[in-house]
Amino acid sequence: MSTQELMAELARRIPAERLLQRPAQLAPYESDALTAFRSRPLAVVLAETQEDVIQTVRLCHRYSVPFVARGSGTSLSGGSLPVPDGILIALNKLNRILRIDIDTRVAVVEPGVVNLDVSRAVAAQGLYYAPDPSSQLICTIGGNVAFNSGGAHCLKYGMTANHVLGIKAVLPDGEVVQLGGNSLESVGPDLTGFFVGSEGLFGIALEITLRLLPKPERYRTVLAAYSSLAAAGNAVAQVVASGLLPGAMEIMDALAIEAAEAAVHAGYPRDAAALLIVELEGEEIQVEAEFAHLLQVIESSGPDEVRVAVDDADRARIWKGRKSAFSAVGRLSPDYIVQDGVVPRSRLGEALATIERLSRKHELRVANVFHAGDGNLHPLILYDGRVAGELERAEVLAGEIIAMCIELGGSITGEHGVGMEKRQHMPAMFAETDLEVMATLRRGLDPAELANRGKMFPGSEAPALHSRGPHPLEQQGIISRE
Amino acid sequence: MAHAVETCVHCGFCLATCPTYKVLGEEMDSPRGRIILMKEVLEGAMPTADALPYVDRCLGCMACVTACPSGVEYGHLLTPFRAMAERERSRPPINRAARTLVKETLPYPDRFRLAFQGGRVGRWLRGALPGELGAMLDMLPDALPSAEPLPEVYPAQGPPRARVALLAGCVQQVLAPQINWTTLRVLARNGVETIIPRGQGCCGSLSLHIGEAGQARELARKNLAAFPDDVDAIITNAAGCGSGMHEYGLLFAGEPDRAVAEAFSHRVRDITLFLDELGLIAPPALPAPLTVAYHDACHLAHAQRITAPPRRLLAMIPNLTIVEVPEGELCCGSAGTYNLEQPELARQIGERKARNIISVAPQAVVTGNIGCMNQIKVHLEMLEQPLPIWHTVEVLDLAYTGA
Ligand SMILES: Cc1cc2nc3c(=O)[nH]c(=O)nc-3n(C[C@H](O)[C@H](O)[C@H](O)COP(=O)(O)OP(=O)(O)OC[C@H]3O[C@@H](n4cnc5c(N)ncnc54)[C@H](O)[C@@H]3O)c2cc1C
Ligand code: SF4
Ligand code: SF4
Repeated sequence: MSTQELMAELARRIPAERLLQRPAQLAPYESDALTAFRSRPLAVVLAETQEDVIQTVRLCHRYSVPFVARGSGTSLSGGSLPVPDGILIALNKLNRILRIDIDTRVAVVEPGVVNLDVSRAVAAQGLYYAPDPSSQLICTIGGNVAFNSGGAHCLKYGMTANHVLGIKAVLPDGEVVQLGGNSLESVGPDLTGFFVGSEGLFGIALEITLRLLPKPERYRTVLAAYSSLAAAGNAVAQVVASGLLPGAMEIMDALAIEAAEAAVHAGYPRDAAALLIVELEGEEIQVEAEFAHLLQVIESSGPDEVRVAVDDADRARIWKGRKSAFSAVGRLSPDYIVQDGVVPRSRLGEALATIERLSRKHELRVANVFHAGDGNLHPLILYDGRVAGELERAEVLAGEIIAMCIELGGSITGEHGVGMEKRQHMPAMFAETDLEVMATLRRGLDPAELANRGKMFPGSEAPALHSRGPHPLEQQGIISRE
Repeated sequence: MAHAVETCVHCGFCLATCPTYKVLGEEMDSPRGRIILMKEVLEGAMPTADALPYVDRCLGCMACVTACPSGVEYGHLLTPFRAMAERERSRPPINRAARTLVKETLPYPDRFRLAFQGGRVGRWLRGALPGELGAMLDMLPDALPSAEPLPEVYPAQGPPRARVALLAGCVQQVLAPQINWTTLRVLARNGVETIIPRGQGCCGSLSLHIGEAGQARELARKNLAAFPDDVDAIITNAAGCGSGMHEYGLLFAGEPDRAVAEAFSHRVRDITLFLDELGLIAPPALPAPLTVAYHDACHLAHAQRITAPPRRLLAMIPNLTIVEVPEGELCCGSAGTYNLEQPELARQIGERKARNIISVAPQAVVTGNIGCMNQIKVHLEMLEQPLPIWHTVEVLDLAYTGA
């Protein structure tokens, strides 16, 4: 059998302690941050060198066994969910920063480098890496590239794609290629841009050349509390209309505020129905001028309360609260689905009202925390997997929210990717010919569909949704919940 | 237990602060991986023995609890799981012998002192001993410092501001008796009278840590009886003891004296927290500028959430500069008996800590736990960059006495 031969070959190349096969070694890899989907791979290769990755991909290609790349497994769409009987290639130990060039403001990193570690490495030189997903303290650059990840501050500076200059990658057939180079300008088609956002379907990035930016001289962070989500949404529209371009504009609703406060004591106004965070950043003089303007705009949007961060520590707390919000919702509900969709900014208020209506209809709570400036919504649908039928209802609700996004002229994903979760929505978003072109491209690189098989494209088998039900020891009355 | 499993949303935010994940880079050795493994065992889907190697490697440092936005009480899963696993476990005889030695000596200062003499003799046999016993011997210093026995009462200087009782501790009392003495002096200097109740003993956390809940309760009950009610606080100066005593409520779950134990634990204060709340009397300037690295002991920072008070106290000393250590939230690898049970991993984690400390070039290291002090000292020495290691109260004492 080809898998046996593959395992024998892998065992020859990868030391036993980095070729994981026992159940206790595989169980912790069976899902990413979307735990509703789970499946165990045949084996996990803990890659330490680029050569480990290249060899593993070549062997998978030779024996026609599917493989999945994994960074830190924080994907929220099942992107790094293992393929049963496939190989999971873990890249978190492939994490050297290979080169930093302060003059040209470029860093070359291996894919397992953690997003925040790039900024840490160049902080002393006054530089940073701009894209800041909320998960930045643990997600990897490889994962960011695969999902074209965004963050609160991508409003001003653009998503990952705007910050990746070049990529060295191993294609699904084992060929190693260099895409792009050291600058954003390049001749010919933008192959780097082609790879960014490919969700692990076009092969595995081995080396990524990143653009660094000078750290802003000044920040001004404003918190405004509103008595309704719609009012906060309208305030965003007013800020945009005023011509200001803040670094970030984020909204959190009451549930999200409650969760984040419990987690990090960020100092948010607790009784607000909605909270808007707006941050200006840049050169001192410019920021101060914009700040006066921003306060006027905010005042005229009818807030209940306005607060300005008093110092760096205060600002850090505000952002820590925002960035912890998804995980913090775990305090409010045993299970939830993080939805990720986009609507045109001008229709934010409408979208939020619809979500509220859908929430009532399905009798499930929905928490909202999102990149308002981009119209990138993140409704978190709270459910309890122990209650029969709740997961299914949550799935339906999530689907209806996505349908709404498409209807309003938006998109089925802003930054978390299609992965496993959104595959069935692709036909609603794209015409058949679009999908066909995508599939043709993919097959051109990977005829056997070995790289991240089953993701992104509709149709293939999905693993059964995972619903826990009461804990077995609970059923026997041995343990109970407090 | 089930609650801890359920609140984990698998977001991975805890990975960055988990020392074993940092060093080994595998999910089984991460908080969320261990949660999955323990869950599998509890659900009967995996034999305990399969999961144990990974759960055993957990330091119990609780950095993951501090990092977790979802509020997962990892400790409430780990402690009962370990106790359960201990009952099922068959240990090799040598391993059992080492644990018995730990269990029967460390909590008892007199026995520890005796065993220490034995240890010195034992070092002759070092080569012949298997790893675990050998690692234990390596931990022992060459000579024990001698010290006056502690008085029963240590009076306040100046107008009295408070009256407290001190937990003298077990290991620390033998290895670093000066910490108790400086504690008494610093408290006195701040107008605090201290009593050192006779009849007190080990706090029990060492026993609990190795899954011996029964022995831990026995030791704890001695303290419940020994400490008086009419003091403003029960002071600990070893972070490990402090956090252990804060868990008396959990330790006594289902026991008749749970309420007493819980009330007791609410009165326990780390020395730095107590002084910070009381208001430190401003110390005079140090004779010369001094730069120190402050190391957060896990049992202080993560288990008791005390990070600001010691820094505020130190910042009150003129001429003293505090520098922060990169990856400061990572454990130093000492973690109770971890040095004995996972010598290789403890070595790697300890070396990482030492390198991080060296990277900011301090003149000394300050921390609040005897275990960390030993571990950091050993690893700085291994890198041939020894530095003085002080307890926070030792630095305060230094400032007051103008030494
Ligand atoms: C609490 C929380 C908050 C989040 N906030 C944000 C946010 O603000 N913005 C945002 O955009 N996302 C966010 N995410 C989602 C997630 O963190 C990002 O998608 C991130 O980029 C994933 O990185 P990772 O290292 O965990 O990748 P993984 O989850 O391991 O993998 C993600 C995908 O990348 C592929 N992949 C990984 N490495 C490579 C490589 N070297 N080459 C090719 N493909 C590769 C995998 O196959 C998979 O398809 C959040 C997630 C969580 C849990
Ligand atoms: S941070 Fe908390 S919720 Fe997230 S994976 Fe770790 S333990 Fe689970
Ligand atoms: S207690 Fe420490 S070692 Fe154990 S899982 Fe948590 S962070 Fe890791």
